[in-house]
Amino acid sequence: MSNQDTPLLQINNIEVIYDHVILVLKGVSLNVPKGSIIALLGANGAGKSTTLKSISGLLGAERGVVTKGNILYKDQQVESQSPADLVDHGVIQVMEGRHCFEHLTIEENLLTGAYTLSGGRKAVAKNLEMVYQYFPRLAERRKSQAGYTSGGEQQMCAVGRALMSNPEMILLDEPSMGLAPQLVEDIFEIIKQLNEQEGVTFLLAEQNTNIALRYSDFGYIMENGRIVMEGLASELAENEDVKEFYLGISKEGKKNFRNVKNYRRRKRWLT
Amino acid sequence: MRIERDIIYIILAFIVLMVVVPWTAGQLSDQIFFNWPFFFEVAIGGLLSGVMYSLIALGFVLIFKASGVFNFSQGAIVLFAALTLVGLHGLGLPMWLAIVATMGVMFLLAVSIERLVLSKLVNQEPIILFMATIGIAYFLDGFGQTLWGSEVKVLSLGISEAPGFYFDGQILINDFDLFAAGIAAVMVVGLSIFFQYTRIGRALRAVADDHQAALSVGIPLKHIWIIVWTVAGLVGLVAGMMWGSKMGVQFALSLIALKALPVLILGGFTSVPGAIIGGLIIGAGEKLAEVFLAPMIGGGIEEWFAYMLALLFLVFRPQGLFGEKIIERV
Repeated sequence: MSNQDTPLLQINNIEVIYDHVILVLKGVSLNVPKGSIIALLGANGAGKSTTLKSISGLLGAERGVVTKGNILYKDQQVESQSPADLVDHGVIQVMEGRHCFEHLTIEENLLTGAYTLSGGRKAVAKNLEMVYQYFPRLAERRKSQAGYTSGGEQQMCAVGRALMSNPEMILLDEPSMGLAPQLVEDIFEIIKQLNEQEGVTFLLAEQNTNIALRYSDFGYIMENGRIVMEGLASELAENEDVKEFYLGISKEGKKNFRNVKNYRRRKRWLT
Repeated sequence: MRIERDIIYIILAFIVLMVVVPWTAGQLSDQIFFNWPFFFEVAIGGLLSGVMYSLIALGFVLIFKASGVFNFSQGAIVLFAALTLVGLHGLGLPMWLAIVATMGVMFLLAVSIERLVLSKLVNQEPIILFMATIGIAYFLDGFGQTLWGSEVKVLSLGISEAPGFYFDGQILINDFDLFAAGIAAVMVVGLSIFFQYTRIGRALRAVADDHQAALSVGIPLKHIWIIVWTVAGLVGLVAGMMWGSKMGVQFALSLIALKALPVLILGGFTSVPGAIIGGLIIGAGEKLAEVFLAPMIGGGIEEWFAYMLALLFLVFRPQGLFGEKIIERV
């Protein structure tokens, strides 16, 4: 993958302010070429979710606003469009923490994803079929209320729901949150398949740097609302600093926490 | 599976109403011969007046189901719809045209409520939206009466209010009440189908579950809110017509909404059939209690019986008979 292709999505130096006072993004720029998987990495509060929300237009509902810079999707400015318009144009966000509609069944959840889909029943049925093909587990649970399914099933449901709208680009926020390592692996595997077979472009925000770098083409690392490092995923995975700070591997190999020297416990009051 | 469970509840409710209540009443009142025809007359009269409560409760359920907001202004909407209808009719429009025009007014009302109030409050706490609906209630009460005057108006739908005799002339039932029950039944069936099986209905339920997620999959909240408030307005119009022709179109209409509260607690805030069943139970329970239990404890039960029942339900089944279970994952 090379960064010289005309990008599907281009973010130029945006600044986001919440509630008129809280400056969260301080000049973020990134490019997402068509057909790629791009990872957005960083710790809690680095601004990953905010970046995704500023693209999908969900920022408005949280009283956030893009004050500087612009976001170009297919060379059109999108930062003031509503989420519904963007879904219509092919950009959809899968929110952090899954956010399934608890009282609806899995199948109803998927059907809500087809709200903006034109083409009538046939198109909906075809997409439903496709989602069930990628997530056979969902087909088994189609009649269960989403609130009673497991975390992994809910994550699949959320991704499947997004797929129902025929997206060109999915903004995936923390797909690994609260899931067992094996399930995380499964979900990333499906993301890879969707990318290759359906041509869906992914921009994913992740804390699990290790797995995100393994499955993505290119990575950006964020800290305090800025992008501090970027590069091909394979290069980032080899970078000494990334290893040390995000992958937990130092030059001497994996750190053993038994050997980490602790600070001497302070004498406590009353003892 | 859910439908079967619902049917069982309905049957149970009827058994309680038709057998247990009269039996205890008969026992308590020491009557060897229980006057069954009279009992049924009271019960049916109660059920039918319960339908009238249900009509009001429906409006609450719609908005709660679709936005998770308890709409305090439903009573005011009922009053406003009835006032507008009578007012337009008074201007010389034939009744059917006045009804259509009022529907248009309810739609405009929904649009302006969305534009002026709800759109400014996206993603706020439910309690804030609730407060906003209190404001809407006061505004509508005043606005309607400023526009059309505050005196009691007569609304006649041309349906006979004469009582008819049924079952060999043993039981007396008001024809108008039967008509109202029919209307309510049609509305419930229609609304249930709308919510369960249509694209918009599904979107409405999705919005109720999770505003943000609904936004993220591309459901435009704006349109959804306009649709719900319009439908709630139309339901309010029907309720206003029924109640208005019964007791005259006047300010007291907006207070009937209070009677819908116990109905909602019984039936569940999120269930359309629940609103009906709740109304039936409250209506019948209230009248039966008044006639058969009240003499034993000195009378005047009807006023508070419904609230008492609601209180009991809050203790044992806070989501109501048919309300959505509060899902908690552990």
